Amino acid sequence: MTQEFILETRGLTKEFRGFTAVDDVNLQVREGHIHALIGPNGAGKTTVFNLLTKFLPPTRGEILYRDKSITKMKANEIARLGLVRSFQISAVFAHMTALENVRVALQRPIGTSFHFWKSERTLDHLNDRAMELLEQVGLAEYADVLTVEMPYGRKRALEVATTLAMDPTLMLLDEPTQGMGAEDVDRIVELIREVAKGRTVLMVEHNLSVVSRLCDRITVLARGAVLAEGDYKAVSANPLVKEAYMGTETEEEETSA
Amino acid sequence: MATTQTLTPVMERQRRANMRRNAFYLALIVVGLLAPFVAYPVFLMKVLTFALFACAFNLLLGYAGLLSFGHAAFLATGGYVTGYLLSSYPGLTPELGILIGTGAAVLLGVAFGALAIRRQGIYFAMVTLALAQLMFFFYIQAPFTGGEDGLHGVPRGHLFGFISLRSNLAMYYFVFAIFLIGFAIVQRAVHSPFGQVLKAIRENEPRAVSLGYNVDAYKLLAFVISAGLAGLAGSTKTIVFQLASLTDAHWHMSGEVILMTLLGGVGTLFGPVVGAGLVVSLQHMLAQSPLGNWVNVILGLIFVICVLSFRSGIVGEITKMYRKNFK
Repeated sequence: MTQEFILETRGLTKEFRGFTAVDDVNLQVREGHIHALIGPNGAGKTTVFNLLTKFLPPTRGEILYRDKSITKMKANEIARLGLVRSFQISAVFAHMTALENVRVALQRPIGTSFHFWKSERTLDHLNDRAMELLEQVGLAEYADVLTVEMPYGRKRALEVATTLAMDPTLMLLDEPTQGMGAEDVDRIVELIREVAKGRTVLMVEHNLSVVSRLCDRITVLARGAVLAEGDYKAVSANPLVKEAYMGTETEEEETSA
Repeated sequence: MATTQTLTPVMERQRRANMRRNAFYLALIVVGLLAPFVAYPVFLMKVLTFALFACAFNLLLGYAGLLSFGHAAFLATGGYVTGYLLSSYPGLTPELGILIGTGAAVLLGVAFGALAIRRQGIYFAMVTLALAQLMFFFYIQAPFTGGEDGLHGVPRGHLFGFISLRSNLAMYYFVFAIFLIGFAIVQRAVHSPFGQVLKAIRENEPRAVSLGYNVDAYKLLAFVISAGLAGLAGSTKTIVFQLASLTDAHWHMSGEVILMTLLGGVGTLFGPVVGAGLVVSLQHMLAQSPLGNWVNVILGLIFVICVLSFRSGIVGEITKMYRKNFK
């Protein structure tokens, strides 16, 4: 079974001072899928996400990327393998222009990033590629705008462009539609669908309508453990999932509104 | 090609901005060359060495977002090493003395930086302060520093072996050249591929990590460059005043450079220069006036006013005003 799963966890566990936030999670993400991680508040989605992206070290268990263990690697090292994450709050470089935001992601492979004696004009040959990426997310005309002056939806789009600049094989998106109005949500859903072509996406998402529209496979977490897994139909019909979501239904409506 | 069309006006604007900047730099260099005929050269040299010190500090705080509270250690190390070498080995030329002093500060920067960058924010500041205090007590005890008395009568010597630096005018041009080199290094580092990454780390460190950057390595390099330039300032200062003393190693000095940088404008290239000029001038003027004993109180008051009412510092506020009204 070579390369069937691009990302796999085995017995992934995270304990905080005796409290088990993530409990023996076995997750399998298939190559080419858009895979969602959902669950009620406090289910441990974000912790799992931070474990996968190496922003937290696991207490126990293993994480495999293309059948190789990445459990001991650092966050910046897995990024170089092609596992690139986004953040819940839009992660942009506020006092740099949109173009510079994307270019910072492009410049690392060139290998001159420690060269403090070179002019930044030596990076200009990356501008065309950066512009292409900005065009892809509909931001070409904002290339020269300082990111801090952009509205929220555009910042998120810029973040996607920056992530794409890494040419990731696996994109890890942490609540990509959080804090967005309905119009922006639709735009981001389209964008994710677009950029997911030829890549694998694993996303944590609250908004179930987004999940139903986008995702091939869904893993439901509750109390730190996997409760159910399957496509949207199977998962939404699962009585255990319904029960776990019972108390939080109103809140879901709010986020999807 | 939509790409080139959208870029052209940007490039055109950049080209014009570059031209304006070059003209501005040229004017300042001319001012620097003529200054010793108007003002007292020793005073100007003091301003220049502190300006370089503040520029070094600003590289770290303004462009890497790291607040060091121990930069006096690098200033003092450069000063002591250069002072000791020039006093003990009469054959040594001043430029070599400065080079070795700077090198010593670089090495110290590697050691301090490797320890300090593991921590963030206030803890980073505390670690640098603790390490700098360690150096302070080391310099009190060490046999080559003259302890409480310091090193006196450090010879200025002959630049490259044949230009006597005894005259203050010759010395001034040497110091001015060193300042220009130091400033150019900072300017280039800020506007380099490295500077871009540094800015990204300052703006959003987790994001920089997620783009594959080993942020600690970049912070360390910034720390070492900053330490080296602070050492360069200290070495030069020792030759100017022919003396190296504990004042440079004291934590007051680390505080003073923060004051200069914030007052002038942190994260702006010229802010530290303006801030250093202002603080040194004030000290100079107040020392001769009846208010001499109140220097620190007055500087403190100015600092409070600065933090409360113009947080971006003098140059920062001017830049803001310029952007608002002329763009």
